[in-house]
Amino acid sequence: MTTIPSNLRRVLRREPRVRPTTEPVAAPSERVEAPTVEIAPNDPLVAYFSGATGAVDIATLQLESPALDGLREAGIRLVVPLVSQGELIGLLNLGPRRSEQEYSADDRKLLNDLAGHAAPAVRVAQLVREQEAEVRQRERIEQELRVAQLIQQQFLPQELPDLPGWQVGAYYGPAREVGGDFYDFIKLPDEQIGIVVGDVTDKGVPAALVMATTHSILRAEAPRLIAPSEVLTRVNELLVDEMPAHMFVTCLYAVLNPATGRLRYANAGHNVPYVSTEAGVTELRATGMPLGLLPGMEYEEKEATLAPGDTVLLHSDGLAEAHNAQREMFGFPRVAALTGEANDGEVLIDRLLKEWQEFTGPGLEQEDDITLVTLGRRSAPGDGSGGERELAAFEVASEPGNERLAIDQVAKAVAGLELAGLRLERLKTAVGEATMNAIEHGNKNRPELPVEIRVVADGTDLKVRITDQGGVRPIPEVETPDLEAKLAGLQTPRGWGLFLIQEMVDGLHTAVDEHHHTIELVMHLKEEAPDARS
Amino acid sequence: MPGAEFGAEVRQHDSTGVIDLHGEINLGADQALLAAYESAVRGDPRTVVLNFAHVDYINSTGIALIVGLLARARKEHRTVRAFGLSEHYRQIFAITRLSDFMGIYPDEDSAVTASAAAS
Repeated sequence: MTTIPSNLRRVLRREPRVRPTTEPVAAPSERVEAPTVEIAPNDPLVAYFSGATGAVDIATLQLESPALDGLREAGIRLVVPLVSQGELIGLLNLGPRRSEQEYSADDRKLLNDLAGHAAPAVRVAQLVREQEAEVRQRERIEQELRVAQLIQQQFLPQELPDLPGWQVGAYYGPAREVGGDFYDFIKLPDEQIGIVVGDVTDKGVPAALVMATTHSILRAEAPRLIAPSEVLTRVNELLVDEMPAHMFVTCLYAVLNPATGRLRYANAGHNVPYVSTEAGVTELRATGMPLGLLPGMEYEEKEATLAPGDTVLLHSDGLAEAHNAQREMFGFPRVAALTGEANDGEVLIDRLLKEWQEFTGPGLEQEDDITLVTLGRRSAPGDGSGGERELAAFEVASEPGNERLAIDQVAKAVAGLELAGLRLERLKTAVGEATMNAIEHGNKNRPELPVEIRVVADGTDLKVRITDQGGVRPIPEVETPDLEAKLAGLQTPRGWGLFLIQEMVDGLHTAVDEHHHTIELVMHLKEEAPDARS
Repeated sequence: MPGAEFGAEVRQHDSTGVIDLHGEINLGADQALLAAYESAVRGDPRTVVLNFAHVDYINSTGIALIVGLLARARKEHRTVRAFGLSEHYRQIFAITRLSDFMGIYPDEDSAVTASAAAS
């Protein structure tokens, strides 16, 4: 069946018509239905009716038109086109008069007047219906989006795995029209952990459902099969039969042994992960077809060993393939370069998102889901260092004023970290005060006794440990000085040191042994949200 | 490491005693700060203004000296105001609550004008 303009079809189907009939005239109250006559949009009759100035006599009309034949077959004698603002929006089809007489000039005038009044009213009704249909459609889409989001969130990990000596970070940012991104961490035997990042083609509920299925299969098969290539082969076999047409899943599956840093991985057509190493950025390449496309697929399995300080980035294409207003792409090289600059997974995620936001600019809707998973090796578990890197270790003699030496050296040592401006000033003040305490109270201003200062950083914190030779001494409670009492002369004006230290840093710890007293100052390296202190 | 030595000069600005501080305010600044204050109040001004624009370091002992100076000024019914503090030291003055008892101004004119209006 050919199509006809939707508004016209609607009128043809819904307008009650006089049915042409040779049957005896029906009783006045009897309603009759005319058969539907389909009119193709390219039928010459449409153009003819559009230009007609009044009722058209079907019997005498000379036109090569299938629709005209149809109207005649249906017994239509007279057609009054309903035209509103130059647009043909419907037809009044009339059969023979019940009196068997021809339509008179008066009849035609009446019908033309009626059509002139009815056409705008019918058009308004059509517009209202169209608008209602659009609203319903929008509501349906919104509802679908909500369902897709719900499914998606249901299957994302609620928390990150706690791996001693490793820093694990993850970010999932759904596009408004939810894509099929997912990531997962799967506990495996022998303290190993499976890491999944995947992307289902398509969007919305269908993608979310495929994602849920893939997620479930992976969870079931990974602990049993372990080897990434075997896991992906198996998942592919199970998905092929279930996969809706034109859909597939890209997926990177890796198995990490946290104790050794050994990372085995296989890739089903997903983005290549990047690794930030001391030597620069490397890629974890392995070949394999996306899941769910073809049966009998095999997946290449490779492995890498992550050294302390290495950070892996697993990512979906929502980031690298994001566009700006000029339709330029964020690009994989940029993602790789940023990964190379990072020595911390959390900082890397923040940096990538910041760069992405600056690249796309405000007002552009996120095109696709963005998933980022980072895996940073601090150190081998159990070596006691907690993944710390030593930035500086030095001593100053216990002479008044030498706290300035300590301040300057610490400032130099942390120059490469993400600690600047006021937070660096805070650290410097805290280091100065703590060193002063060590010189005066711990080492009693004896120049031959050194104050030892060690600056270390792990993935999240900078720590400055200041040790004097004072041995065990009571650790005073940090009290807020009573300024009113000091101003009134009721207390000494002094006594600000420890209070200042505590207010300057994010963490303050003390440790003592028989000969030493150590104060540890902690500053978080990740930029904090503005708080009462800043 | 010996830092920039503390020094203080006193001058009058619209009958307000202004003390220009420079260097480090630490234990070593004790006597010089006291002398500067005494010089600044010789004409018995109602207000003393401290200029921190050339101070690059204040430690907790320096805070104690400023508290001592403020305590004495209050005893003598004088107002103390300050300007030229870096953002970091403005924060420290807020944390220690010194700024509750000592008006902090962005520059000398606003500090002195506020002083004149208040006195």
